[in-house]
Amino acid sequence: MFANLAGLIRYRGLISSLVARELKARYRGSVLGFVWSFVNPLLLLVIYSFVFTKIMPNETPGVQPFAVFMFCGILPWNWFATSLSDAAGSLLAGGNLIKKVLFPAEVLPIVSVLTNMVHFFLGLPILIAFLLVAGKYPDPSDLIWFPIVVLVQLIFSTALALVLAALTVHFRDIRDILANVLTLWFFATPIIYPWFQPNVQSFRWMFNWNPFTHLAVSYQEILFFKGPLGHWKWLLALGVASVFLFLACYWLFDRLRDSFAEAV
Amino acid sequence: MTPAIELAHVTKVYRKYSGRQFATLKSALLQRSILRDLRPSETFPALTDVSFTVPKGATYGVIGRNGSGKSSALKLVAGITKPTSGTVAVQGRISALIELGAGFHPEISGRENVFINGIMLGLSKREIQERFDEIVDFAELREFIDAPVKTYSSGMYMRLGFAVAIHVDPDVLLVDEVLAVGDEGFTHKCLDKFSEFRRRGKTILLVTHSLNLVERFCDEALWLDDGRVQTYGDPKRVIDAYLTKVEEGEEQLLAATNARALAGQERQDGSQEPGAQERPADPTSNMFVATEGRWGSREIEIADVTLLDAAGEASHVFHSGDPLSIRLRVRAQQPTSDCVFGVGIFNAEGVCCYGTNTYIEEMTPATIAGDAEATFAVDTLDLVEGTYKLDVAVHKRDGYPYDYHRLLYTFRVKSRTHDVGIYRPRHRWTFSPNVTFGPKS
Repeated sequence: MFANLAGLIRYRGLISSLVARELKARYRGSVLGFVWSFVNPLLLLVIYSFVFTKIMPNETPGVQPFAVFMFCGILPWNWFATSLSDAAGSLLAGGNLIKKVLFPAEVLPIVSVLTNMVHFFLGLPILIAFLLVAGKYPDPSDLIWFPIVVLVQLIFSTALALVLAALTVHFRDIRDILANVLTLWFFATPIIYPWFQPNVQSFRWMFNWNPFTHLAVSYQEILFFKGPLGHWKWLLALGVASVFLFLACYWLFDRLRDSFAEAV
Repeated sequence: MTPAIELAHVTKVYRKYSGRQFATLKSALLQRSILRDLRPSETFPALTDVSFTVPKGATYGVIGRNGSGKSSALKLVAGITKPTSGTVAVQGRISALIELGAGFHPEISGRENVFINGIMLGLSKREIQERFDEIVDFAELREFIDAPVKTYSSGMYMRLGFAVAIHVDPDVLLVDEVLAVGDEGFTHKCLDKFSEFRRRGKTILLVTHSLNLVERFCDEALWLDDGRVQTYGDPKRVIDAYLTKVEEGEEQLLAATNARALAGQERQDGSQEPGAQERPADPTSNMFVATEGRWGSREIEIADVTLLDAAGEASHVFHSGDPLSIRLRVRAQQPTSDCVFGVGIFNAEGVCCYGTNTYIEEMTPATIAGDAEATFAVDTLDLVEGTYKLDVAVHKRDGYPYDYHRLLYTFRVKSRTHDVGIYRPRHRWTFSPNVTFGPKS
């Protein structure tokens, strides 16, 4: 297992060119091309702003403008959710490679996560622009935490991506189950409502078991709210847990590896 | 010399997940059967105790019927699948020409696909850069290299895949029946590339149905049947053994076909006895609408038709130029003096290759009584390769049929020469001294 894990470093060239390929192929043939990576989050943000100021104005104090607050959680959530659903189908989609070429299968779910991470990064400038327009200037000292949140989310997503990819080979319905689980998960995470609402606080213990709560709250604290990151203990705990989760998931993936070429 | 590829007692068992091609996680969870479901409930042995060694620098051919385990063996050597038991050892960099262009992305250009495919096959970016022109020239795709791969024809796609794989510069090249990828010219180029590989002392493992290729190219050959090694060694000997086995298989198949055709006629006969005699008796009158059948009054009945080879053994597969005898066993219900034996040979398109009977050949029958035998013997069966059908008949001089068997018997003529037509006249070529021929290419 550890030999294979070390082998991943050898595949970095492969991984990076596959990520580049996915990004290129995604917008090939469209007129705007890469601009879509900016336009998509921009349009989303415009829609949210309209809905939450004109249609159903959200006046919750402390999280104004509400659309920008929401967006701090939605952008990383989209990275997470799309990574998992892409990864779940990645081995099946790359079946030709696994069956016919000597190919390190774990590269495929990892590429799914990384490709969506790039989309996430491309959405960030839009978010930052809106933050600045709203007069939210993040603390430079807080921003040090930003790469750490991203790293924790990367490890956490990759762990789940590996295990989902491996299991979907054997149980095809995971892809459908996953879509529903992700919807539930989205609403169970304080993204479209702030975590300090009283009715959220009464279910505090439940939210604490949701790993993405800590990621979302960290993003919101770093980007949206003033003051130092109060959530750092949870974030670091999640980081450590994610590393172990990753090792466990990689172990499971490794165990199932030999079955892929036959079951895909 | 160290072996480049060594398989020792390799067994590969594929799992058949019984009836749960699309099993659900829910059912697995509900019945707590994940572990049970992931365990193979039925297995299928693709390879059984296969051992062979390919010395470094050798070109090694693997032949066998469809489903004999050739491709499974190749996948094991490539490392794509793992053996269930036994060991597989390979020295050096492998490139597998198993699925050409696997991993090409249809939306991006040929150029980008070359790079990604090369990286997948283990090259570095710089190595691909160095070989890029060579690859594109080899694939003959210079003007299309920047078009998306989805616009390529399947031939272009395969050529590009082949070009990348062959330029990986492997120590061990695995080839699975991929030479049919291009036109004649490209095939030659591939063969030249293989020759170049051989000269440079690289090892090639070739899985193919083209026996000619194995005979021309390979230093050694291996014949797999039903997942087991039948024999290996000198290609010519292995191919001969394989062909003999194929003939045996065809022989059994033809014997079964003939038995079935005859049995089918017997059944029909019972139901339409009276009208059966109205069928035409002249084999040439309707040779293009010839359908198999049997009719006649059965006053003289053909009880058995056997094709005999040179050794007098019953057979259904003959080599062009071999002797062939058709032996009819007949039974006359009462003695008669009006009896003609006839034989017709038809090719697969229904063209009468030859037809004759004893009356045409001016043999005037005097008596026939009880059980009798008639043999039509050909000294040399000068037909080209193909499947032939046989008419045999016993009838009166005026054509009134006693027993007419139309196209009920099938035999096969095999030949190593791929000449065309129906009839192969005995022939030889002579040349003036200024025409010479080299050794067989």
